[in-house]
Amino acid sequence: MSARQIGEVILNLEHISLAFGGVKALSDISFDVREHEIRAIIGPNGAGKSSMLNVINGVYRPQHGAITFRGRTRHDMNTHQAAAQGIARTFQNIALFRGMSVLDNIMTGRNLKMKHGFLLQALYWGPARREELAHRRKVEEVIDFLEIQHIRKTPVGRLPYGLQKRVELGRALAAEPSMLLLDEPMAGMNVEEKQDMCRFILDVNDQFGTTIVLIEHDMGVVMDLSDRVVVLDYGRKIADGTPDQVRNNREVVDAYLGVAH
Amino acid sequence: MQFFFEVLIGGLLSGVLYALVALGFVLIYKASGVFNFAQGAMVFFAALTFVGFQEVLPGWLGVEPGGAAVFWLALILACLAMVVLSIATERIVLRPLVNQPQITLFMATIGLAFFIEGLAQGIWGANVRGLELGIQDEPIAWMAERTGIFISSFDVFAAVVAGVLVAVLAVFFNRTRVGRALRAVADDHQAALSIGIPLQVIWRIVWAVAGFVALVAGLIWGARNGVQFALTFTALKALPVLILGGFESVPGAIVGGLIIGASEKLAEVYLGPMVGGGIDSWFPYFMALLFLLVRPEGLFGERHIDRV
Amino acid sequence: MLYREAGQFKTSYGADQQIFPIRQDRIAMAAILAFFFVGVPLLANQYWLQAILVPVLIFSLAALGLNILTGYAGQLSLGTAAFMAVGAFAAYNFELRLPWMPLPVSFVLAGVVAAAVGMLFGLPSLRIKGFYLAVATLAAQFFIVWVLTKFGWFSNYSSSGVITTQKMQILGYAFDTPVRQYLLVLTIVAVMAMLAKNLVRSSTGRAWMAVRDMDVAAEVIGIRLMHTKLLAFAVSSFYCGVAGALYAYAYLGTVEPEGFNLDMSFRVLFMIIIGGVGSILGSFLGAAFIVLAPIFLNVTAHGLFAGNIPAGLASNLELIVFGGLIIFFLIVEPHGLARLWQIAKEKLRLWPFPY
Repeated sequence: MSARQIGEVILNLEHISLAFGGVKALSDISFDVREHEIRAIIGPNGAGKSSMLNVINGVYRPQHGAITFRGRTRHDMNTHQAAAQGIARTFQNIALFRGMSVLDNIMTGRNLKMKHGFLLQALYWGPARREELAHRRKVEEVIDFLEIQHIRKTPVGRLPYGLQKRVELGRALAAEPSMLLLDEPMAGMNVEEKQDMCRFILDVNDQFGTTIVLIEHDMGVVMDLSDRVVVLDYGRKIADGTPDQVRNNREVVDAYLGVAH
Repeated sequence: MQFFFEVLIGGLLSGVLYALVALGFVLIYKASGVFNFAQGAMVFFAALTFVGFQEVLPGWLGVEPGGAAVFWLALILACLAMVVLSIATERIVLRPLVNQPQITLFMATIGLAFFIEGLAQGIWGANVRGLELGIQDEPIAWMAERTGIFISSFDVFAAVVAGVLVAVLAVFFNRTRVGRALRAVADDHQAALSIGIPLQVIWRIVWAVAGFVALVAGLIWGARNGVQFALTFTALKALPVLILGGFESVPGAIVGGLIIGASEKLAEVYLGPMVGGGIDSWFPYFMALLFLLVRPEGLFGERHIDRV
Repeated sequence: MLYREAGQFKTSYGADQQIFPIRQDRIAMAAILAFFFVGVPLLANQYWLQAILVPVLIFSLAALGLNILTGYAGQLSLGTAAFMAVGAFAAYNFELRLPWMPLPVSFVLAGVVAAAVGMLFGLPSLRIKGFYLAVATLAAQFFIVWVLTKFGWFSNYSSSGVITTQKMQILGYAFDTPVRQYLLVLTIVAVMAMLAKNLVRSSTGRAWMAVRDMDVAAEVIGIRLMHTKLLAFAVSSFYCGVAGALYAYAYLGTVEPEGFNLDMSFRVLFMIIIGGVGSILGSFLGAAFIVLAPIFLNVTAHGLFAGNIPAGLASNLELIVFGGLIIFFLIVEPHGLARLWQIAKEKLRLWPFPY
């Protein structure tokens, strides 16, 4: 890999437990994420991977546990705090704004950074106009980076699946996040699309130093991309370490191959 | 205290009528996820069709008006009309809109409501008519003597009809094949389709049943207040009933109806005079709103967890 | 001139972000404005101005308001007419109780009052969605009309809440002829439509659409649902409030709370469904359609039955036609007339070589 240096722990999750009614989604999970690293969360279906991401950026509130992000410890996050502190994410089932164009979708990624009030925006005058144009410039950089210039004005609903995934990544990147949560960024893609997506993820990590937490089912991808892997099964953590360590872990192999206990 | 009970019972009995309208909503919502705003229009259409047939049938058949034959024939014809209307609605309006957002379907049923109202009045004319079911709308004498509380025999009749209707529906849903299929559809459209339940047949049946419920509601409402356009507004009251009871619950519709009916009357009698009266126009909606803030899924509804 | 954008290269994001990026659109817009500001006052007679153009413009404004809330922010409202009533009665009371207040200020304040009331009734939207919210707005519809009827203060103690608006005068200039009233309404509506167009393509508008399309994703981006939804209610009700004030002052002159009933709310809803949900242009097309259709139906019915139409037929026909059209548009073209226009334009851009 390149010159990026893996830094201090920026996100630390301690004893997270989450339940819906009587159903336990996560029980007593702890792990950490270091700055600039690519951290993968893997596990069989229903292991609680997406719930984990939802806890990190405040969509779900865990009943127990503590989340420390950038030195501040909380019982739970809320979505606005998470976004304001530079956590962006993509979703397992694409969550684009279907009624809007690619450009507008990515522009919404910068909404939090746009400060002028709606009255000035209604006039589209002076500072509001300058602000809009400055952000448009930033968004065009993202569009260039992801090589989607040709579809900027297309409504996202008309795009093929692979491109929609890319636009969703663009929306997350537009926020210039310090941490990016990717929920199965390559699900349902063909080999070429996967290769493209891998390249984008590595480039983001490399060029912008963005810390990445990703969920992925393709083991090849996970082992190649990630620095460290945490493995969940039935809402519990069963392994945590480098790809090599995880690969040789007995419990992980059992969980995937389904050994009778 | 006696006065309080009279108001309460009067309210509960008008609540039965709300519940009858709400029942139609619940059936359709359960089976197809459509919030049928046109249920009120269907009630109006049903009542008007029945009265209309009663007026024209004697002329067609050459018999005296007011006979039992005319009554039953009009009832059967009105029932048929409701079934035809319901099936046509399912075929023409809902099937093309399958998989659209709920809000789109809701707006479509608003359009449907206008259409049905226009159609009903276009066919039968717009003047107010009386509807005679042959039930006395007078206080039950022995009840008044013993307890001093005045309850109309008509109200009791309405309550009994509602009770019977709910019982029949309960048996229909729980004991018959169609009913079981219907509950499966309500639970999960895709899964129901995949085990070979014919979705469209089920929907058609449900709409037809809702049309029948609308007819019953229309007859009772119409007999009480006359068959007039205002019937469609009363049906709007079913909305707060549903919020209270939960959109998918038959018992909820009944309990919600009773609560709304009773509280509306009590509020009008006890709170109304303080602010100039007429508060029953908005009171049920406020009750429903307050309730929503506490328990958004309704009394009998199930809480849904949003998955991301 | 052909409708082409070939040769119009955008050299800056500023040029690409203009309100009308294609030159032909700018020319067309200028031509339309010129026609309505100069041509119409010269050509139209009193009937057209008073009975058609003024109500179409006023309802366009109300539809615009509802479209901001329902079309852009995705919050269904069945209480539009009530918010218009708030605007009408607020303007009346400002003018009545503070006679020195300039009329435009009264109108703006009327909008502000409507916005405040709108936000109040928008509060439930923070917990409930879809047709649950429709019930909240129904509460607004019935409650507001009831308050305005029951409490005499609002109508200066006239019977059953009827108000007759004061003469319209701005800086000593009286708007007392149909042409002047038309121009006043046109100016207000044109300016507010322009502001709305700017707003919906700004970050505020994007936040609204984001909440409409997928609220969880919007939250994750950092959009605050409460703030966004309430702002939509406020801006929407402001537009409806001003529309209501104009309805009372420039159209009818005498109004009563019952006039702003549920039926009127539905009519405005129909305007945006037929015109185009989530389209500024659609608000105008829809309003024109809904105002003109009954007139057209009436004329046709008269023609068919040689002036002797069965009683009530026209009004029932109207119900059937409106109801049928709503269903038709929702099934066939959920984005309404505005979308049809857009498709026509896209075809025209490529004509005559579509491939």
